[in-house]
Amino acid sequence: MHEMSICESILDLIKEQARAQDFSGVRRISLEIGPLAGVEIEALKFGFDVVMRNSLAEGAALDIIETEVRATCLDCGTEASIEERFDPCPNCGSHNLKVTSGDELRIKELEVN
Amino acid sequence: MCTTCGCGSDGARIEGSAHGHHHHHDHDHGDHNRTLQLELDILAKNNAYASENRSFFADRGVLALNLVSSPGSGKTALLVKTIELLGGRLQSFVIEGDQQTTNDADRIRATGAPAVQINTGKGCHLDAHTVGHALETLAPVEGSVVFIENVGNLVCPAAFDLGEAHKVAILSVTEGEDKPLKYPDMFAASDLVLLNKTDLLPHLDFDIAATVANARKVNPQIKVLQVSARTGGGMDSWIAWLMAARGMVLAGHPLGTAAE
Repeated sequence: MHEMSICESILDLIKEQARAQDFSGVRRISLEIGPLAGVEIEALKFGFDVVMRNSLAEGAALDIIETEVRATCLDCGTEASIEERFDPCPNCGSHNLKVTSGDELRIKELEVN
Repeated sequence: MCTTCGCGSDGARIEGSAHGHHHHHDHDHGDHNRTLQLELDILAKNNAYASENRSFFADRGVLALNLVSSPGSGKTALLVKTIELLGGRLQSFVIEGDQQTTNDADRIRATGAPAVQINTGKGCHLDAHTVGHALETLAPVEGSVVFIENVGNLVCPAAFDLGEAHKVAILSVTEGEDKPLKYPDMFAASDLVLLNKTDLLPHLDFDIAATVANARKVNPQIKVLQVSARTGGGMDSWIAWLMAARGMVLAGHPLGTAAE
């Protein structure tokens, strides 16, 4: 629901980087997004084009790297990849899992000129 | 408190910048393309403001709670009852978040507690920057409790830290038992669920045990208290939880030895 404001945050960060690292245009943006980041990727792609219009990143290509959810079972110690927060441990079936990654929401790379 | 946050160039580096042109691409470089490896957290700005809010609360020995729920779970009624029960024991301050109207802040102010309304307009959640400005207006006193009633939305507020000590999710028994599974991010981010409107249970087929089990699937540590803001049932346990949370805030604070 807040993909538009996420896109605005991305543009703010790009503008800060443009000042700090001296570039005037962005050709490609790579984002790393976890399944638990609360971001709907299709909505983000839509908002991206709208928000980047008339900016230094207008027309930039958007690459999205989707990460996986990793969790550690606090009962049997298994480390595994899961799909949803409420999935059980694939080894012992316990729900006593600690999610260790999967909520990433990062700009990983910018290709600039 | 609206200072420039720390996100940005820290940790960023320019790959191959020392050479003036770049080696890692296979396409034409007539316009000096280069690739910046950044690893920038997109929510860093919000998180920096949240840290400032957290310091603001810590300096003043203020307990801050972020109340999250669907629209219509009875958040404001619960808050009104809570403020009444806290009475002279603990002074309450409230930040109300809604898309439009000052209705909720008006209801809170009727109890005598200071309240500031934030209208988010098109926004679907409160962010730490807006809350920081609301705190300037609200000016909570030392040792008080600040309730931040978030926009009724179980999705977006999960991702936005406001600097609170705890997120408290309010779920009413007129909603489904599977809500923690449908909106897992919010129940994963919360420390406590208040299961509200329990006075309606005789008229419903709501399964409390199933709800608790679902919440624990998402968050094994989460606590669940049953309350009715209308009748006051179970409110004593909620107040006890709140006073204990306040005790944790005051531990190590100068007010900690003076209070109670």
